[in-house]
Parts: sequence; structure tokens; C-alpha cells
Amino acid sequence: MQQLSAKKRKKPFPTHIVVFLAPATLLYTLFMIYPLLDSLRLSLFAPNGEGTEVFVGLQNYITLLTDQMWSARFWGALRNNFIFFLIHMFVQNPVGLLLAALLSRRALFARGTYRTVLFMPTMLSVVIVGFIWQLILSPLWGVAESIMGAVGIADLFQPWLGLESSALVTLALISVWQFIGIPMMLFYAALISIPEELIEAARVDGASNWTVFWRIKFPLILPTVGIVAILTYVGNFNAFDLIYTAQGALAGPNFSTDIMGTFFYRTFFGFQLQLGNPTMGATVAAMMFLIILLGVVAYLFGWQRRMTVYEV
Amino acid sequence: MSKKILISFLMILVLALAACGGNTAPEATKAPAQTEPTQAPAQAEPTKAPAQAEQPASTEKVTLTIESWRNDDLKIWQDTIIPAFNKHYPNIEVIFAPSAPTEYNAALNAKLEGGTAGDLITCRPFDASLALYDQGYLASLNDLPGMDNFGDVAKSAWITDDGSNVFCVPMASVIHGFIYNKDIFNELGLSEPQTVDEFFQVLDTIKADGSYVPLDMGTADQWEAATMGFQNIGPNYWKGEKGRLGLIAGTEKFTDPQYVAVWEQLAKWNPYLAEGFEAQSYPDSQNLFSLGRAAIYPAGSWDISLFNEQADFEMGAFKPPVPAGADSCYISDHTDIAMGMNANTEHPEEARKFLEWLTTPEFAELYSNALPGFFSLSNAQVNIEDPVAQTFVNWRNECDSTIRNSYQILSRGEPNLENELWRVSAQVINGDITPEEAAQQIQDGLDSWYTPQ
Repeated sequence: MQQLSAKKRKKPFPTHIVVFLAPATLLYTLFMIYPLLDSLRLSLFAPNGEGTEVFVGLQNYITLLTDQMWSARFWGALRNNFIFFLIHMFVQNPVGLLLAALLSRRALFARGTYRTVLFMPTMLSVVIVGFIWQLILSPLWGVAESIMGAVGIADLFQPWLGLESSALVTLALISVWQFIGIPMMLFYAALISIPEELIEAARVDGASNWTVFWRIKFPLILPTVGIVAILTYVGNFNAFDLIYTAQGALAGPNFSTDIMGTFFYRTFFGFQLQLGNPTMGATVAAMMFLIILLGVVAYLFGWQRRMTVYEV
Repeated sequence: MSKKILISFLMILVLALAACGGNTAPEATKAPAQTEPTQAPAQAEPTKAPAQAEQPASTEKVTLTIESWRNDDLKIWQDTIIPAFNKHYPNIEVIFAPSAPTEYNAALNAKLEGGTAGDLITCRPFDASLALYDQGYLASLNDLPGMDNFGDVAKSAWITDDGSNVFCVPMASVIHGFIYNKDIFNELGLSEPQTVDEFFQVLDTIKADGSYVPLDMGTADQWEAATMGFQNIGPNYWKGEKGRLGLIAGTEKFTDPQYVAVWEQLAKWNPYLAEGFEAQSYPDSQNLFSLGRAAIYPAGSWDISLFNEQADFEMGAFKPPVPAGADSCYISDHTDIAMGMNANTEHPEEARKFLEWLTTPEFAELYSNALPGFFSLSNAQVNIEDPVAQTFVNWRNECDSTIRNSYQILSRGEPNLENELWRVSAQVINGDITPEEAAQQIQDGLDSWYTPQ
């Protein structure tokens, strides 16, 4: 109330706001908004064979979605990307929540050590993670087979990264292993900020640990669940590096690990004898942008706006 | 209030700095390109000194810079090739300035567009270099003396489609075949197979013995299946150049029996490969062989120098076995590397002198021996000291040479033929599709954009 009346009393031009916003706005416009718009513009052009580009309207998009060769790759990449995302959503995030719930127990011994160890892979370079897991799972020198042999299940070992049926799931799980620290930390931070009084009150009413978690803690961290979900979505539809490191730009075997990022890379930069096609690449990039935008919009309007935020 | 002004002032200062930062960024990216040449003269210093001693500064010194992706060869160029050139032309200083192979095409394009590229350009085969010529970045070399030291196949990778303009001097090719571990062959009493039947008999013997992996190749990286598999054994089936040109002319199709037969052979490789070969990468295969755990390695000749370094057993090589009833043999002698002249160079005369020297038998012998496995494309007789490399190059006299059939013209469209060959060949070896399906998929892809087909 005080602030409001102060504003009404005298209203000088808020120079400081402009000054504070200017650096971020300028940099963001220069390095994010302008390239984004320029890339969208490029997707409406096509090379005319004489070294210049001509405006073709939405022709690139029509080709991408209807041409037999292009659409097969596009839909394949999109489907794989959804599988990649769903594995993260339903493995990484629940397990992250479980770990966070365990970490936030008051009686836990060496909490700091667990926290650090579980977060460690997130800080490793993706290239290193890809390389290490390739070695672990290698049928020639990997330790996976002998570890499985130690518990008597060596027969179940397969060259997972090389099989069409299992390569994508394997890579998704490697990525889950690496990035599980992020949802875990976000959930953990949300969980420890829940006031003790609420939990104590519930216990006085006779609630079990299980009831306390699902009736008190979980509803209070729902906003974090939403944030984690959208971060996972955006991160997975921009994913590229792990697949590129482990399977190369051709995302083998038989494109079974091809996601939007690798599809874009091949199209835009070319690969081996395939020359780069910047306009078609920009079209793929625009589709990626659109998919991510749809997800974010769905999150904003379908989830965040309807959320009841409990004041604690 | 004064605090507010101070903060505002600071923010403006930061802003101004940020803006300056933005302006200087492009200059900062230019800097590495400028430091590149300045680094090299320091290393090239020893070569300069004797040259000056021979001919004391009578004429002006000119510096030529070579763009290349062969950063592995930096030492060879500096210690062997450039000093040899300077014996003839002491007044031309040459700097070999390579970049990483995967970045080369993009970096070179950017440098050519920006006008900062070197005087001599190492040429990738076919379309990448042809595009540079079409854009006017590479000079025509039709009238370069010494170009007649090269045959038509050698020049085919750096010539316009109508054959009227050559724009790079062919330097070297790589040859496909099989490298084998002589110790294992002696132990099991095996000899080099000549025919396909003998080849599988040898593999059966090694498999029955059980101590070694008979055939050392994986399909994880996919390209080996096409390059070391399909393009290695294929020329014997499609009769080398006849089949390759037939595909380009549209008189042959990948669904013809001579192509399906190649995939049929590849499908038979499956039981002889290592356990879990589906996830075996190219470095895995190299290690498996150089550790002596595998008997036969489907090879490209560029593997020779690595194996020379790492393997402590004696190696031999045999050419792709011929199918029953064949009366002649064909090898993949693939044009891989050449050198052209930047059309906008400031020293065209000197650059041409260097290129002319590249056509001489002296360079052919020097290069082939410095880099065993990269064979000069010159018609001159070259003696190679490395026995395995010599075995490879001898096949040129016994068999007809051809190049990989997907490289000229046929990989220009979408879907890309070369990438598709990788994919289907790996799948055929994995046993996921039949040879007929592979042939059909490749032909369908080609039909969709290549009109002569």
C-alpha cells in the first residue's frame, strides 16, 4: 500500500529501469532474438542454383512434411525425440524426486556426500559421459558384461548401443544417469523449504510418513514439478550432443537414435558427401522452435496459470 | 539520490563496455587466422637458412600458404616435403597451415569468402571442390605443365562434369583390401585367399580354431560397412569403372544382380565378426587387430601407418577375393587428396610453380614413402619401401582401378547415396534387412532425384 501511494504522489520517468534493462535487452536482442528471426526468415528461402537464395514462401515446410524422403526422417526424428523425452520424464524425474525425498530426511547420515556424488555426473562433459558409457557397454572391452557375469546374468548382455531396438533407450538412460542431479536438487530445495510446523501438525493428527509426503509435501512442491517438467521438455528437444558423441551425426543404427538435433545438424551442416542445406536446415530449426514453443505455451496456460500456489 | 545517480552512471559504463565488446568480437575471431601464419615461420626457420645460403637474397622472397585438413602430416610437410621443394625454388617459402579434418570444409569456405584463405588449397574429392571451382575460388589448371602425368581416373575427382576443366593436381589415392596377421596365418597353416570360396574357407578355419576373431569389423559407425565392405569387395562384381559409369549413365541399377551379390557376400560376413560387433566402433576394430586378437582386417590403405606403429607382428595384405568364374580383378583405388590454387592468390606464378612440382616423379616418390598408404596418382613408377604398402600398390598392375561408385555425381541429391549406403550395408551385415531390400532402398532413393536412372 505504501509503495502504491508513493507512486501516485510523484511519477518521474523511471530512467533507472531503462538503464537496468538495457544491457540484457540489447545483448538478448543481438544474440538471441535477431538470430532467431533471421533463421526463421532463412527458412522461407531456397537456393536457386546460382549461389543466391530466392523467396519460396512455405515451400520448405511443405517439402519437410509431405516429401516422402524428408517427412520419413522428420517424423522419425520427432517420434524418437518424444521417446527420449518420455523416458526422461518418467524415469529421471520420479527417481530424482525419490532421491530428493530420501536426501531431505532429517535422520540421514552423510547427506552432503550423497548430494555431491549424485550431482557429480551432471558436472561432467557430455563427451566424456558418452565415451565412458561406450567403453562400459563395449562388447569387446566393456566391464558391463563381467559385472553382469558376477551376478550370473551375463547371458542377458547385448551390444545395446548397436541394436536398433535398444540403442535409443540406452542413450536416454545414459542421459538420465547424467542429468538426474538437476531435478533432484530442485526437488530437494523445494522440500527443505517446507515449514516444519505443517509437518508436525500433520503428525499430531496421526499421519504416516507416506500420508505426509503425498498430502503435505507433494502438493507444496507441485510448482517445482511443473518447472522440472518444462525444463526436461526444452532440454530434450534441444538435445544433440550425447547422440552425436556416441552414435555420430548419422544417428545409427538405421536412424534409430536420430532426434531433432542430429537431424538438424545433418541437414544444415551436411555430412560426409552430403553438402549442407542451410535453408532446409533453418526449416528444421524452425520446426524445433515451434515444438518447444507449443510445449512452453501448454505449460504456461495449461499448468502454471491453473496452479494453486499454497502460501507457506 | 546521489547513490541512484552513481548506479545509473555505473550501468551506463557497463553498457558502453558491453557495446564495445560487441564491436570487437568479429576482430577477435579474426585474430587466430592471423596468428596461424606467424606461428609457422618460426617452425619453418631451419628450411629457410640453407636456402639463403645457396642463393643470397638475389630476388625477393615470396611466401605461399597451404590450406589442408591433414594436420597429422604437419611434420612430414615441414621436415621432408617443403625442404625438398626449396632445393629447387629457394626463394619460395611455403607454410603448411592445416586445420582439423572435421572443420576443414567449413573453415575453408569461410576463409575463401572473407578473402583470407591461403594461396594453395588442398582439395577434397568431387563435389566439395567442384563447388569451390564453380564459385570461382579455385583456378583452372588445364595448361599446367605436368598435368599429363596423370591418367583420367586420377583426374576424375577434380574435373568439371563435362571434363573440360581440371582444377586440382591429384596427389594421392587410398586402396582397399584386406590386411592380415601373418603370425596367425602361419600358426593355422593358412595362405592368402584368391577367390571368394577360398576366403570363406580361411574364415571357417579361423573360426573353428576359436582363438581369434576371424574378420575384424564393426557396424556401430556404419561407414566401415560401406567403405571397407561394400566398396572394398564390390568392384569385382560390378566390373570396376564399367559398373560405376553405368550407374551414372543410368544403364545399370543397384537392383541388378551384380550389386545385390555384393550385399549377399556382406551378409555372409556376419558369423565371422566379433561377438557384439553391432556396437564395435572403428577404433575398436583397429585396436582388436593391432593387439593381435583378430586375423583379417578389411582395410583402407591409410590404416597401414597406424598398424606399423602399434602392431608387433608381421602383417600381410591380400586384394579383394574374386568371385568364382571371374577372369579379371578390380580394386578400389580411390582418389582422395589433391591440391589446387586459390583463384585470388597474390602470387599465382609461384603457386603454379609449386603445383608443377607436385606433378613430378620426385614428389610422387617422396609423398608415397613419407605417408605409407597414401599412393601417388602419378603415372610415374614409384618405389615404396614399406612392404605392406608396396603390396597394395602392386595390385594396380594386376587389376583394373576404379573409385567408390557413390562419390561422383550420385551423392548430390536427397537422400544422400553415400549416407544411405552406410546405413543399408550396416543393416545387411547386422541381418536386419535382406540384400534385396537393401538394393531396393538404395535404388528407390536414387530414383527419387536422379533422372538418368
